[in-house]
Amino acid sequence: MSSALATNVLPLATTYAVETWWVQVIKGIVIALIGFTLIPAAVTVERKLLGRFQHRYGPNRAGPYGTLQAGADILKLLGKENFRPAASDGFLFYLAPILAVIAAVATFAIIPLGEVVTIFGQPVGLYGIDVGIGPLYLFALGSIAFYGLVLGGFASGSKYSYLGAMRAAAQLISYEVAMGLALVGVIMITGSLSLVDMVEYQQANLWFLVTQPVGFLIFVIAGMAETNRAPFDLVEADSEIVAGYMTEYGGGGFASFYAAEYLNMIVAGAVATTVFLGGWAIPGWSDAPTWIAPFVVIIKTFIFVFFFVWIRATLPRLRYDQLMSFGWKILLPLATLNALITAIVVVAI
Amino acid sequence: MPLPEHDSYFIQRGPEPGGAGGVGRAFGETIRGLKTTFNRLIEGPDTVQYPEEKIPVYPRFRGRHRLHRFEDTGLEKCVGCSLCAAACPADCIRVVAAENTPDHRVSGGERYAAVYEINMSRCIFCGYCELACPFDAITMGNDFELADYNRSDLIFTKEMLLAEPLERTPLRAEGE
Repeated sequence: MSSALATNVLPLATTYAVETWWVQVIKGIVIALIGFTLIPAAVTVERKLLGRFQHRYGPNRAGPYGTLQAGADILKLLGKENFRPAASDGFLFYLAPILAVIAAVATFAIIPLGEVVTIFGQPVGLYGIDVGIGPLYLFALGSIAFYGLVLGGFASGSKYSYLGAMRAAAQLISYEVAMGLALVGVIMITGSLSLVDMVEYQQANLWFLVTQPVGFLIFVIAGMAETNRAPFDLVEADSEIVAGYMTEYGGGGFASFYAAEYLNMIVAGAVATTVFLGGWAIPGWSDAPTWIAPFVVIIKTFIFVFFFVWIRATLPRLRYDQLMSFGWKILLPLATLNALITAIVVVAI
Repeated sequence: MPLPEHDSYFIQRGPEPGGAGGVGRAFGETIRGLKTTFNRLIEGPDTVQYPEEKIPVYPRFRGRHRLHRFEDTGLEKCVGCSLCAAACPADCIRVVAAENTPDHRVSGGERYAAVYEINMSRCIFCGYCELACPFDAITMGNDFELADYNRSDLIFTKEMLLAEPLERTPLRAEGE
């Protein structure tokens, strides 16, 4: 990012911006809206696909092919009473879903949807922010998202919620390390922490899916655990602890958690797209028009959404100890080994 | 069933979990499971889109009752004998009989049913009324969409039962 201005907006981190401040504000709003548009899309895709996996149609009554079902659900949830249990802690109870949504949307900001383009004479980078600490920013905000879950479970004043929150905390520490180490190989090869640089490297070279298959596999598996999706959904295991941390939530709070969960899924898919699937790059078509880039990223992201739904339709939920031993005994050594071997190869070449 | 006479029996057990082989096996089985679910995806849905798409009923399907007339004279077959009401285990049929007179002839017999009501909210569709009827005046039809907003609307009168039902229920041919 030599052409971009380096500004120190975040403490301890360099962010690169090519735009003036008001373009950044508009861009931020637009990208947040894109994120919120993708949530109902992901919900619809998941419900339709899950139905197909189970020999049924899924929602198909509201609107053409059931496309308005997610919107109808959101309206229904927002119209409901904002109930709070007597034993709950009011402030934290209402803070938790907000935290979850903020963290999810903020993570979406670093997904590069395209390179720098010129719109109405203004240079605009098609991403929220290009931070010099890409993956670290991702993990930092992922941990803040877990604050949302843990606080929500803790503040509900319900045992099921508390169990769900504790599980969320334990799951976080089992997976965040492996997930981070899975990206270390990519970071070493690229020599940069910026996601935009990673995509630009993959445009020039092979995708990291080819050169870092183990890292990719670990990242996707850990991504499923990060986003609390089956088979690692024991944070909200409905057959064991009702709905985990969101047991006591209804209406807007529930909708927020739900939206955050699906946005996290999209972000996990988008990060995997960016880091391993070449972002907006189309192999064999290097002079693709710039406007096509966001669509390429979104289509690739939805390939991951499809894969996550596929996994959910296939695998049963892991037991608690299985999850822990899988994280610590298999994923972590594998990720470490992958990082070590990559380091040796990078130094040797 | 007596076991065959051997000294020892081989019991098939699942593989022991754990170890590197366990990881490989779990991975392989995951791939196998993904293949299975993907095949289900290709097969497409089996769901019948009910209000738009109806499964045809069999000819012997016991749906809403029908009362019949003689085709040549147009007289009612029911003679008001109340045998159907006596046979009904749910006690949902009410029959009040009246005498036929030469200038007011309703049925083929000596008497006719002045009142014939079936309470569909009580009927269990067992078909005993059909069996009990000596003149085949009442039979079970094919209609099964009987839901209504009011319980009193579910008491079917003689006129409703005599009327030709709206052709709503598709019927399967014999042997189909």
